[in-house]
Amino acid sequence: MKRKDFIQQSLATSAFVTLGGLSLQSFTANTAKKHITILHTNDVHSHIDPFDANHPRNPNQGGAARRASLVAKIRKENPNTLLLDAGDIFQGTPYFNYYGGELEFKIMSMMKYDLATIGNHDFDNGINGLYAQLPNANFDFVSANYDFKNTVLDTHVKPYKIFVKDGIKIGIFGLGVKLEGLVDKRMYKETVYNDPIESAQDMSRILKEEEKCDLVICLSHIGYNYRKNPERPSDLILARKTKNIDLIIGGHTHTFLQKPTIEKNIVGESVMVNQVGAYGIYVGRVDFYFDSEKNVIANGKSIIV
Amino acid sequence: MKKIVALLAIFLMFACAEEKQSVSRIEGKRININDSLTADQEIEAYVKPFRERIEEDMNKVLSYAPKDMHKNDGELETTIGNLMSDLIKSQSEPIYKKRTGKSIDICLLNHGGIRAPIPKGPIKTQTAFNVMPFENSIVVAELTAANIRNMVAYLAEAKRAHPISGLTIKVDDDFNVKEALVNGKPIEDGKTYTVVTSDYLQNGGDRMDFLKDPESLEILDYKIRNAMIDYFKSTDTIPAKLDGRFVKQ
Repeated sequence: MKRKDFIQQSLATSAFVTLGGLSLQSFTANTAKKHITILHTNDVHSHIDPFDANHPRNPNQGGAARRASLVAKIRKENPNTLLLDAGDIFQGTPYFNYYGGELEFKIMSMMKYDLATIGNHDFDNGINGLYAQLPNANFDFVSANYDFKNTVLDTHVKPYKIFVKDGIKIGIFGLGVKLEGLVDKRMYKETVYNDPIESAQDMSRILKEEEKCDLVICLSHIGYNYRKNPERPSDLILARKTKNIDLIIGGHTHTFLQKPTIEKNIVGESVMVNQVGAYGIYVGRVDFYFDSEKNVIANGKSIIV
Repeated sequence: MKKIVALLAIFLMFACAEEKQSVSRIEGKRININDSLTADQEIEAYVKPFRERIEEDMNKVLSYAPKDMHKNDGELETTIGNLMSDLIKSQSEPIYKKRTGKSIDICLLNHGGIRAPIPKGPIKTQTAFNVMPFENSIVVAELTAANIRNMVAYLAEAKRAHPISGLTIKVDDDFNVKEALVNGKPIEDGKTYTVVTSDYLQNGGDRMDFLKDPESLEILDYKIRNAMIDYFKSTDTIPAKLDGRFVKQ
């Protein structure tokens, strides 16, 4: 009884508080439905300029300056937006060969990227080449399964990062692909690769149970799936063998998913897996709408792809 | 008054924390980036001088190709593959010789490493970037005769036009090796041979395991792409030929 009264009272006072310059409308009963937007790219591979108009496969597609306009427009509509990248930022055009990733990181900073993970090609100028470009990135890198302890990247890459947007706690961790046989050892040096599935199981437990995150997102560069080698760790295996992950944003396999894939996790809950191919031709967009827990229990959760 | 507002705000926070929020709806999709979006002017202005600098370089004419050259214009050897392996060998030879006093016997590259054709006409810097977009670097591995035989067996089994130079191979219709010569001479037991290749292959790329554990290894600190550009600059018209270095008879 008392609690009901309190909510009504808070309704009455919220207008008053707003007048005082504090915006607390989101706490009122009617407008309590919060909304978080996640935008993501992967495998942009230094594609700063759009493809030529006469390109056989991707004419006039992509382009960082266009992507920036789109991101700005979406951020204006919903300030509670995060912009993420799932790795392989580097390598693919002379911009990288000439300037070593400086433009890529600076442009991503101008677009206000919030977080990225590390792809195999991000080691193409060696781990020192990546380290040298970090001052140009106004965003952090996460990787839970690369151990950089004995490298220059030690302390510069965290396993995960937590964002709080409109009171919603969002935990994001990163995963990288096995480097042996893919990248020259002289490039990645003493970087240790740990099993991504085990790392993800640890991370999702930490983020959900210890950090009490409302949303858990995996930024993965392990690849969508491997038909010829179905046991190889991939995003689909990751989705099936873990719990408490809401969204897996993938990369590495340049998989152009027309729409996100919905997989069932180890306890039978739905996990969304998305990957937007490569070269900045697409931006992935995932919107999370929130409601009071009792409404969600009563009405269920819907996923629209 | 201010105190009351602050107090209310704190109460509201607690009220909010109690009313736990959870995900009710998820919507996912992709958005195409195309010319319907206007370009952000700040980024455009930032990129412009870099783009102009690169384009000026990329459009420089370095050499001339007498015909279209691509990696499928022959069965077990190709014009572009022969060009690549010959030029990597000739560009690396003086560097290797100066450092070690030894000569390079063989060049081995991989068919998959040729990323674009060379069209007939002027060869620009851009051509080298198209053919070799990666940062792969040149290394020279000294191999035992046994590993040279493993290399020949690998090439015969692969049935692919992996670019070679300094080595000639003849196989029968079933791809059994009939003859393998290094610079015209049979492979001699007890001898070592020097093989110039890419760091990628030497480190296990394309499962060329015979390169993995060489008798000696020299890292030239010379990128494949730069060797191409240097070669093009010094060559008026590049050769585009098949010469029977790897044939089925």
